[in-house]
Amino acid sequence: MEILRGISVTPGVAIGEAVILEAEDYRIPYRTVPEDQVAAELARLEAAFTQSIEELGKQRDYLNTHLGREAANVFVWHIGVLTDEQLRKSIESLVFEKHAAAAYATSTVMRNYQRRFMQMSDPLLVERVRDVQDIERRLLRSILGEGREDLAHLTKPVILIAHDLTPTQTAHLSETKVMGVALDAGAATSHTAILLRSWGRPGVLGLNDVSTRISGGDLVVVDGSNQLVIANPNEATLEEYRGREAAYIRLFDKLSELKDLPSVTRDDQRVYLCSNIEFPNEAKVGTDKGSDGIGLYRTEFLYMRPEGAPSEDEQYEAYRQVILGAEGRPVTIRTFDLGADKYTQQRSYEQERNPMLGLRSIRYSLQNLDMFKTQLRAILRASVLGDVRLMVPLIVSLMEFRQAKMALHDAMEDLEEVGISCNGKMKMGMMLETPAAAIQVKEFCREVDFISIGTNDLIQYLLAVDRGNERVSQYYTASNPALLRALRDVVRACTQAGVECSLCGEMAGQPLYTMFLLGIGLRNLSMAPANIPEVKKLIRLVSSTQAQRVARRALSFETERQVTNYLRDETRKVLPEDPI
Amino acid sequence: MTDTQSEAVRDVTVLNKEGLHARPVMYFVDLASKYNSKVSVTNISRGEEKVDGKSAMEMMLLEATQGCVLRIEACGEDAREAVDALAALVGTGFNTKTVHQPE
Repeated sequence: MEILRGISVTPGVAIGEAVILEAEDYRIPYRTVPEDQVAAELARLEAAFTQSIEELGKQRDYLNTHLGREAANVFVWHIGVLTDEQLRKSIESLVFEKHAAAAYATSTVMRNYQRRFMQMSDPLLVERVRDVQDIERRLLRSILGEGREDLAHLTKPVILIAHDLTPTQTAHLSETKVMGVALDAGAATSHTAILLRSWGRPGVLGLNDVSTRISGGDLVVVDGSNQLVIANPNEATLEEYRGREAAYIRLFDKLSELKDLPSVTRDDQRVYLCSNIEFPNEAKVGTDKGSDGIGLYRTEFLYMRPEGAPSEDEQYEAYRQVILGAEGRPVTIRTFDLGADKYTQQRSYEQERNPMLGLRSIRYSLQNLDMFKTQLRAILRASVLGDVRLMVPLIVSLMEFRQAKMALHDAMEDLEEVGISCNGKMKMGMMLETPAAAIQVKEFCREVDFISIGTNDLIQYLLAVDRGNERVSQYYTASNPALLRALRDVVRACTQAGVECSLCGEMAGQPLYTMFLLGIGLRNLSMAPANIPEVKKLIRLVSSTQAQRVARRALSFETERQVTNYLRDETRKVLPEDPI
Repeated sequence: MTDTQSEAVRDVTVLNKEGLHARPVMYFVDLASKYNSKVSVTNISRGEEKVDGKSAMEMMLLEATQGCVLRIEACGEDAREAVDALAALVGTGFNTKTVHQPE
């Protein structure tokens, strides 16, 4: 039994066999072949070694000519390992004696060596782990080739173990039989974490070396409630976790019964609960969870793919899929929030010293007008398919919003010229996520159709805390009294001006803050689809006067700790049996 | 055949600064592979595990850093020559100019 501790993204318990996902999407499950296929597996192995040695020879010669002997030396040892008869024999004997598949035999033997290098005291030798991984991947690439199995083809429920997952891989987990996830990398606020949260099953990140400590086929428990991953648990531990797993399944079932019940307070106030999504296929997931629409579609994920910028037609296709997935419910499309940690940095000629305060989001769009107008045209074309709203992110000044509006009119004229129809009255609003916009909210209310408060960035800019920096992330909290007051003032200003106001940060999906948000007058919250049932459950148990009382009291405190403690007590009174 | 079988053993200290890292390991393995004898190596400064002197992976696992003493053993018709050459390679700090010219 081995216990590893990480950072949890979703509570709950999942138990299953481990599948290790290599960085390049390889999973190496334990697989045996019938006796009459052993010869074929040995031949695949032989071919993989020959091909890999050939590739490496070419690489070595190339480096020798272009970069010199030192650089070429890196691969000399790789070739040495691949021509190592003893190594080859130990892989072959797994195939020959245990009828293991070539890929599994290779992975097992190479993992074993990686483990031995990790245990060494000389840091330079520990670095060899990477070389061994590299050699392993080269062999696996050759063995698995085009016919490699991917996550979509899993035949039984598993726990997915990986170094890291790309946002794309994470977004497709809901289509697989993966029950829980454990990753080496990742912080609680990374994009992968956000996506795992919307997926809704237990996940633990930041485990450092889980992908090399656990082998494919090991029995693994992911305990998202206690931030633990347990490999090969003993009888007693396993039995305890089986019980807890069953309890969580009962809780989820109970929550899913809420799906078709309206989201109303005890005094019949309707509260709209929408979903935040990153990928078109999630629109449907949200609808299935009982969501009232798409409150935030983060389109920049269209950019995060190897092929680069999406064309107007590709964007239109994605927007169309989202709008159809929402089945007539409103869809708020946010224009590209590129820059900072996403996409643009790696492509810019000069890295910005302070990207969070740099060329990002709407600023980036306004400086790359062709890209921006392409997106606006695609959105406008899709606007006739449903109730579509356009939202621009990170607005600081009125000038920016006016410029964005002008770009929208230009795009409309472009479409008119070529005779393509669009909704000329499409609502255009802003994401309120800077302190400047919060202070000037009254002026903005005169020009926008709606305001959506983005608390993730608002907290970051208001409290001057980088939420991705582990050394200061403890200061990042939605309970800060300054933030609570800013939210109250923004909602009040919108109500007075008659401007629609919603909130779409992570805070919206945390039951801890639900009563406060209702109490200051919000009736539209947008969150990860997985959080909707729990928030809805809470809303149905409280009245608006009760929420107002809680909000008033919460606003009277001086420190964030008092706020958190108070809100936790009040939430527990309403939801005594749920983990808050 | 049996009368040509012989055994040889020699202890030698790793002198070069980087120890048995990628390149020195390959010098050693390449040279050992030129002999018909079976070659095995123990890092007696660290333990008793005996590894195959012709295996690039196993030799790296010896964790033979500067100052470690290696026990080189050979068994076969050219055991003595093998041990002499390999000990010289390690003992000169992998000075391949005097001992061995690769490729």
